[in-house]
Amino acid sequence: MADEQKPVGSEPPPPKPGETAAKPEPPQAAAKPAPPKPAAAHAAPKAPAVMAATPWESDLTGQVKDRFGEDISEFATYLGQNFLVVKPDAVIPVLEFLKLEADFDYLVDVTAVDYPSRAERFDLVYILYSFVRNERIRVKTRIPEGFRPASAVKVHLTANWLEREVFDMFGIEFDGHPDMRRILLPEEWEGYPLRKDYSILQQDEKWVKENLGIESGQ
Amino acid sequence: MPESTFLDSTELVLNMGPQHPSTHGVLRVILKLDGEKVNGTECVIGYLHRGVEKIGENRTYQQFAPYVDRMDYVAAVSNGLGYCLAVEKLLNIEAPPRAQVTRVILTELNRIASHLLWLGTHALDIGAITPVFYCFREREEILKIYENYCGARLTTHAFRIGGLQYELYDGFEEQTKAFCDMFLPKVDEYEELLTNNRIWVGRLKGVGILTGEECKEYGVTGPVLRAAGVKWDLRKAQPYSGYEQYDFEIPTGENGDTYDRYMVRMQEMRQSVRIIRQAVDKIPSGPIMGKVPKVIKPPVGEVYVSIEAPKGELGYFVVSDNSTQPYRLRVRPPSFINLQALDRMVRGGLVADVVAIVGTLDIVLGEVDR
Repeated sequence: MADEQKPVGSEPPPPKPGETAAKPEPPQAAAKPAPPKPAAAHAAPKAPAVMAATPWESDLTGQVKDRFGEDISEFATYLGQNFLVVKPDAVIPVLEFLKLEADFDYLVDVTAVDYPSRAERFDLVYILYSFVRNERIRVKTRIPEGFRPASAVKVHLTANWLEREVFDMFGIEFDGHPDMRRILLPEEWEGYPLRKDYSILQQDEKWVKENLGIESGQ
Repeated sequence: MPESTFLDSTELVLNMGPQHPSTHGVLRVILKLDGEKVNGTECVIGYLHRGVEKIGENRTYQQFAPYVDRMDYVAAVSNGLGYCLAVEKLLNIEAPPRAQVTRVILTELNRIASHLLWLGTHALDIGAITPVFYCFREREEILKIYENYCGARLTTHAFRIGGLQYELYDGFEEQTKAFCDMFLPKVDEYEELLTNNRIWVGRLKGVGILTGEECKEYGVTGPVLRAAGVKWDLRKAQPYSGYEQYDFEIPTGENGDTYDRYMVRMQEMRQSVRIIRQAVDKIPSGPIMGKVPKVIKPPVGEVYVSIEAPKGELGYFVVSDNSTQPYRLRVRPPSFINLQALDRMVRGGLVADVVAIVGTLDIVLGEVDR
């Protein structure tokens, strides 16, 4: 396994050439260097740093655009999957509109993605499906840390546990949620594990420090 | 839990689980009872949480594949199929036809194995001791096929990104066909034991009703949704892995009660046999592995890919940042979301029915907690 074989702590990982455009480096990066790169002999074609999505246009996007106008910043499609990027305050009205006027009546999933180097730190992703249209779309929004997005429970009951899980893992609190508590982790848990600055080693190190009196068990 | 419930003399708070045989794992349900009537529930979950999504971010795409088997551990092959399809979509490649047909056979066998485990334990919960022995006897035959194919019985890691690791073994077709021939009469045998059994019907009919509208509200999928009369199956709605080539029905129920869910799953096992028979007859020759780079580094992007797992819609939302590890890997677990409807189903019912309803939801706690 890539991350167990490296030497711990003593020396900083050697700088790797040609790796500048890689992922945003969170603080835990020292504990998790990129896996060994193949020799730079065969230079791989450089992939774009952003998703190569193309604009998406259909009757539905026209309807949504008419209704919400400036609140929607992007309609795009990537590998045949459509998504729209919405301003944080417009998410719930958009979900409601899609449910009532466009038959997107099944909220498949709610999740988040953490980009610590970005000003709007989190991507909040709502995956929707319509039984009538047999179509799946994603509604995405970008929110800064500390922002309290409105809960979708009033529109889709299934959002209840899904939003609790997002809170549990990312620390995003939803406004108007009936029961905003941790769901999978114990109440007294510290930190939000799926944030990028939460290292997989930190609990282990804390435990060995407290119980064995050594710096690291790895 | 609000403090008032402890002071209220008419309401009894009863703790069911996490160590309870009929919770199928470590599920804890706090029941608020008025006599035998259930006034409300609260599920306490997470006892089996292993941080699968965090592990995914710290492993390469190939390294993570065995981990998905440990979520829904009675349907490991389905989990693997969903994961492989998601990464393949991200890489914009497809498994070769021979691999796809093999995947369908193994996944459908897995659906039967999962339903058999459900049937045996569900019947055991309700008081029918016999079916569990029969179900495990037939399930064993499926596990033998897995063992012959890849050496493992439960956490199989049968598929690889881009196709299959192993060529089919000699006698695979014969063994699978023999299983199908043996198995169909066995389903009739289970039905003889249960379908018209007075106790079985009495315990199941009209219990834990969830209508189609409620299912959609709660995001409930799989046999529970179909039993409520919604004819929706991802294998038909958005076919993957070549499911459009096979001829099969989507069984549905009418009332959305526990009995209908039982009937739907029994029919699904027969349909799975039908698919397996068609697939075994036309396994094409050719390579079993597509053109996959040795180091998997998908271009920057994100996809959501889902399959019809035995429990419902199992989805993977994968975000790539063009490194060897997923930037974000989200699993949409059917058990977790189906379990949310438990409160709706047991509220107003009897405490004895809670056991029947937990059983009929067919949850696996490894997948609920991940």
